[in-house]
Amino acid sequence: MSIKKVSKDQPDKFIFNQENLNIANKIVLNYPTGKKKSAVMALLYIAQKQNDNWIPLAAMKYIAKFLDISYINVYEVATFYSMYNLKPVGKYFVQICTTTPCMIRGAYKLVDVCKKNISEKESELSSNKNCSWTEVECLGACINAPMAQINEDYYEDLNVKQFENIIKDILKDKKPKPGSYRGRVNSEPEKNRQTLIENKNA
Amino acid sequence: MLEDKDRIFKNLYNDLGADIGSAKNRGDWSNTKEICSKGRDWIIEEVKKSELRGRGGAGFPTGLKWSFAPKKVGAKPHYLVINADESEPGTCKDRDILRFEPHKLIEGCLIASYAVNAHKCYIYLRGEYYNEGLKLQNAIDEAYKANLIGKNSSGTGWELDIYIHYGAGAYICGEETALLESIEGNKGQPRLKPPFPALVGLYGCPTIINNVETIAVIPTILRKGSKWFASLGKPKNTGTKIFCISGNVNSPCNVEEEMGIKLKDLIEKHAGGVVGGWDNLQAVIPGGSSMPMLSKEISENITMDFDSLVENNSGLGTAGIIVINKDQDIIKCMARIARFYKHESCGQCTPCREGSGWMWRILERMARGEASKDEINMLSDVTKQIEGHTICAFGEGSAWPVQGLLRHFKKEIIERNNFDPLIKNKKNIPYLIDQHLLEEDIKNVKS
Repeated sequence: MSIKKVSKDQPDKFIFNQENLNIANKIVLNYPTGKKKSAVMALLYIAQKQNDNWIPLAAMKYIAKFLDISYINVYEVATFYSMYNLKPVGKYFVQICTTTPCMIRGAYKLVDVCKKNISEKESELSSNKNCSWTEVECLGACINAPMAQINEDYYEDLNVKQFENIIKDILKDKKPKPGSYRGRVNSEPEKNRQTLIENKNA
Repeated sequence: MLEDKDRIFKNLYNDLGADIGSAKNRGDWSNTKEICSKGRDWIIEEVKKSELRGRGGAGFPTGLKWSFAPKKVGAKPHYLVINADESEPGTCKDRDILRFEPHKLIEGCLIASYAVNAHKCYIYLRGEYYNEGLKLQNAIDEAYKANLIGKNSSGTGWELDIYIHYGAGAYICGEETALLESIEGNKGQPRLKPPFPALVGLYGCPTIINNVETIAVIPTILRKGSKWFASLGKPKNTGTKIFCISGNVNSPCNVEEEMGIKLKDLIEKHAGGVVGGWDNLQAVIPGGSSMPMLSKEISENITMDFDSLVENNSGLGTAGIIVINKDQDIIKCMARIARFYKHESCGQCTPCREGSGWMWRILERMARGEASKDEINMLSDVTKQIEGHTICAFGEGSAWPVQGLLRHFKKEIIERNNFDPLIKNKKNIPYLIDQHLLEEDIKNVKS
């Protein structure tokens, strides 16, 4: 189990803006009548997006009222799942997969790059406050190892130099191009592809 | 090697485009109405005859699972839930299906929903696959627009709605009952079984849960016939499977191959061989991180199917093959996997919550050479105490890889951790809190 800590600085109030309110009302309709609780995960995502990528306690209380469930129901969900950030993270949130398939292809070298360029410790903001990094468990792109996720995008087939450039870009508030960094097409073998050759040439 | 005409996922590498037009060119949605008009019993019978086994890891026969759903809809509606919470280390096959073959999945959802009397289908997608989710949602919208799903899906008269439910980074939600808890808006903690979800599942209603790959191959099986599917692979281990080959290979890739293909062929032919040559191979994890590893000797001749891997004390799992060569520290590799399980344990059952942490800490010490001789037996004992003593299969999933390490690399562990900390050497071992007592003992013995 992982331990998640809640931020000490909390805003007093949180409400959805009009646009998110409409989205939230629509999501509730995805579930059967009387099962509004199911929408809690989706609403937490919306709150996280609205509030600079982290969820304050006020948002949890707001969502509890919104769905007619108790505050603890929302709190336990928010603390159980690892993708809900309960304290502020950078505008660019770098997550490096270090589980074995990535590790044996050099993921810890990417961690060193983050330590050097962003912050010495995990989950700490960079000196210019727009970037933070963390180690995460398998992100499900093992054949593109080593890889990192920056906000929603996957950056795959990285090496130290390229990753350094990526980090330098985001520190300068420039979004680098996601995808493979070895010029590879999706998940095909780079050399000597044996299958579906006809399609490739089509 | 499987011929291209027998491959189900023609667009695995996105050569042809994932939109509805390209999907139709590949034959998707071509006669969905006709297939459904043959009736539920025919569909379930065909799937049974094809001997398709679930692709999510456990390998349960799909047709059999479907037949567990009540034949007639009672007071409670039925649900179909697709497990797209792919987070087993070493596995990334569903991602490519979601990105490049979403229409195979959606068509499969329609046929499966029809077969099990479900009007609502939830696709539980892992939260990290945000972009894949957008692509899938786009494909769902396309299908709604073309009336392939919706009020009168593909002209069958069947009403079907498909929704995506995003997870939020919990591996345990890949366990089917934890997944249902998660959809209901709770913490993802598995439920006791029985009752099985087929009778009491989502919101207490009959629910069929299948992996993405299982559902995505259904339309092709019904189109080409169960005989065709059953003719591929081996008896009881039929059909094709997407293998993900990662780790120390020259070209890591996803590839669709016949069940029962030789592991060595997969690595050498498709993945460009082991880095440093076959002789540099140390071990292979054949089915995602929760399956015990295979030694080089076994990897030489083993075939990749459910039964032959079980015979070798392992399992096919999700067919995520992690190749580890001799440049890697095998104990450290396993310690990292143990850390994964420690992080992902849901915390419900004590043996797993506590044991997964113990295994991780012991293995980390072993990797550094700080463990004592008797800790090897202690570690083995811990794995036995987790295995079989938990609500869900996560306990086995965390214990088996460690057992695999102890089975094949005990010698390495002993070589690295060969000291006897209790009496002979006065090593300062931080975790041994009673060390001062032992030192006094030694003095007494000497005097």
